[in-house]
Amino acid sequence: MSETAPLLKITGLTKVFGGQRALDGVDLVVNPGEVHGLLGENGSGKSTLIKILSGFHAPDEGRLEVNGNEVSLPLLPGQYRDLGFEFVHQDLGLLPSLTVAENFVMGDVAASRAMTFSWREARRRTAAICEQYGVDIDPSAPVDEIRPVQRAVLAILRAIEGLKTSRVLEEGAEAPPSLLVLDEPTVFLPKQEVGTLFSLIRNIVSTGSSVLFVSHDLDEVRQITDTVSVLRDGHSVGTLTTAGSTKRDLVKLIVGHDLQPGQPHAVGRTRTDDIVLSVRGLRTTLVEEASFDVHRGEVLGLAGLVGSGAEDAVYALFGSGTAQGELTIDGSTVDLSDFTEREAVQLGMALVPADRKNDGSIADLPMEDNINVTVLGHYFTGGRLDHSGLRDNARTLLEEFDVRPQSPTMDYGSFSGGNQQKAMMAKWLQLSPKILLLHEPTQGVDIGAREQIYRVIKSRTHTTTSIVASSDYEELATLCDRVGIFVKGRLLGFLVGDEITHAKIAELSMGRTDDVLEAVGHDAASDPSQTRQSSPSQGTE
Amino acid sequence: MATANQSGSTEAQVTDSVPATSPAPARRSRGWLEAYALPLAWLVIIIVFSIIRPETFAQWSNVSSILASNAVLVIISLALIIPLTTGDFDLSVAAVAGFSAVIIAHLNVNWGWNIWLSVLCALAVGFLVGLINGWLIVVLGIESLIVTLGMSTIVTGVMLWVTDARTVVGVDPALVNMVVRNRLFGIPYIFFYALIFTVVIWYVFQHTPVGQRMLVAGRNRDVARLAGMRVGLLRWGALIAGSMLAAFAGMLLVGLSASAGPSTGLDYLLPAFAAAFLGSTTIRPGRFNAWGTFIAVYFLVTGITALQLLGAKTFVQYLFYGLALIIAVALSQHIKRRRTRQGF
Repeated sequence: MSETAPLLKITGLTKVFGGQRALDGVDLVVNPGEVHGLLGENGSGKSTLIKILSGFHAPDEGRLEVNGNEVSLPLLPGQYRDLGFEFVHQDLGLLPSLTVAENFVMGDVAASRAMTFSWREARRRTAAICEQYGVDIDPSAPVDEIRPVQRAVLAILRAIEGLKTSRVLEEGAEAPPSLLVLDEPTVFLPKQEVGTLFSLIRNIVSTGSSVLFVSHDLDEVRQITDTVSVLRDGHSVGTLTTAGSTKRDLVKLIVGHDLQPGQPHAVGRTRTDDIVLSVRGLRTTLVEEASFDVHRGEVLGLAGLVGSGAEDAVYALFGSGTAQGELTIDGSTVDLSDFTEREAVQLGMALVPADRKNDGSIADLPMEDNINVTVLGHYFTGGRLDHSGLRDNARTLLEEFDVRPQSPTMDYGSFSGGNQQKAMMAKWLQLSPKILLLHEPTQGVDIGAREQIYRVIKSRTHTTTSIVASSDYEELATLCDRVGIFVKGRLLGFLVGDEITHAKIAELSMGRTDDVLEAVGHDAASDPSQTRQSSPSQGTE
Repeated sequence: MATANQSGSTEAQVTDSVPATSPAPARRSRGWLEAYALPLAWLVIIIVFSIIRPETFAQWSNVSSILASNAVLVIISLALIIPLTTGDFDLSVAAVAGFSAVIIAHLNVNWGWNIWLSVLCALAVGFLVGLINGWLIVVLGIESLIVTLGMSTIVTGVMLWVTDARTVVGVDPALVNMVVRNRLFGIPYIFFYALIFTVVIWYVFQHTPVGQRMLVAGRNRDVARLAGMRVGLLRWGALIAGSMLAAFAGMLLVGLSASAGPSTGLDYLLPAFAAAFLGSTTIRPGRFNAWGTFIAVYFLVTGITALQLLGAKTFVQYLFYGLALIIAVALSQHIKRRRTRQGF
């Protein structure tokens, strides 16, 4: 094939999940020797695309060409290696308790048929490769003792080396360029260290290979990529040359011009002037500083990119014990550093976590056991649990929250996602908590149930004030009286009332500082300490 | 395909708006069969062997001897399912039972203590072992399997040290009277102790919030924590209760023989695990439960007794218990997998 053949050419890629088009006719071209950014909001289809490239999902339609050769889809498991693809995910896939060298040769050890293995040789090779790419990592250091950025570098180097050794080449043949997919590699890295990673990426593409760089962070994307493709709602909406485009261009592409403004607050304003919860000096591993007040009866949204601290804040308020700061709820003040979940519950708080399967429920216990977990004490009378009372309670709740089927004895895991989530809401709302913390309340929930969950949250505001962290901005726009925007660990301000639109939240989350400050003026003026803290200047706007 | 699976993103969640089907009658009857298969199998063994060997097997003396001689196993198995319910293994129960027996015999015979004071002391030691286990497991966060394996060995070591590897004989007959000599309906008291504890644990598991909380804490610590439960306390309490119950079993061991030696009780560990896991496949399948455990013990010993009456040698016990443990765990995993598979 000619030299100009793209390394990767995807045409008309479509993937349908249960009637929803996660990808709808997506095109993507990655040329050899470039860093290609892949941008898009949550749910835009980035992950689905990557999972098709790794052979995890089978697409419904679409064509794939690699270095000018047609490749039939779906890919077989492991075939991506033969094609010269390698993936590094956010979690990096390292074993922290093993040494750098051990992690590095993990693949070799797994595949090796030899009876012996030379660790000396492995360390030497690891050191050589580190030197080749100009990075300074001690091969015999345990991975959990090296810096986070070094871990990312290690994972990437391992992926590159894996490509070299796993591809079957004809004798003397030049290896065709390969594609390294980095899926949000920088989310958990300290910002000042990202440069190390970027020089490594530059180093890699200088050899003719390409990098597909998936990220939420516009600054980083603009810094490292040559070309950027944007997905929105499963469509490819454009490919830009990074150098020739502004941050605003990218934001417009990601958010779209034609967004419907969110259904503006079907239920009337419920917010009062009475402050039910105030948070001072909240700090967690991701949150650098956040202080805010929550008004009785409002639905407060927290928004921000992955790693911005918005979601972390929700768990921190519920006594995860790893946070610092102070929380005052209806006059009682607690120190967050030794605040337990039990105390949170006793103070009238409740948390519906995003990870319903692991943190919220026990799939193989009946619905009634799950839903009644919070009220066991109320049904212990005359020395025994009132089982029929508990069952009636479960049945009443299932009816009230429209959980279907209304069968309290069916295992929780047998209910659909939407019904599981409605049951989770019921489990907590039966206590009428003062504060209900929700994280991604409608993740994996179908449209109908989603509406019901919104209605439930809204209809309870006379007793229960809700704080919702969500990456679904449409949801926040529909649901919230105010939305706090987290950027890089700081709560920069709030959008209030009709200002809350999907587009506005998305823009601000991506760090359009001037607008944030504008928004801050409206509401958080009462607390000047946080209002004028902007992130570093965002370059060309 | 590890790389594909590890993606941390939450995009493209498959939404399923199809309501799950409500349990069909066929499934309900299968549930019934599942819950009562073991008691039925037990009944079948009893009937078959009563017909084959009416002159030995079907005698009241044989029945009462089987019931009495395995009461200790029932109690040690019950001691196991308490921490198992909260999600922790306690491999030290058998050693604690033996140690308790040795303490009682030693204090009573060698030191001349009052028998009941000796028993009280043994129970206190059971409490102490549970306390230490719980501290290591809950507070320091060490794997329960490791902690209790170590504790079991330590306790066995102390036991050898105290007894000087000799059997202590001549324990106060008052204890023997209360354990085996006195009878109700021709069955020694010891069986009724097992029965009482079965009822108590059944009641606590089934009819008190504590039991329900233990279940939730054992299944998913995060869920329990987020619901405001004191997960650490529940686990710690369960380990202590199990250990004290094991110490009580030690008292019964002394009462059975009026003596205690360096290896007393140690053989109970594997049969107890077999019974605990087999018990979790019956009555309330998928949960460790008292009546399931009770029936599992007697199912296992009836089977063994029957085989021995047919002429099988001692080795058959080991085959039987070992197989039962593996089959029971395989069965309970199958139940769990099937139940969760129904979901999605």
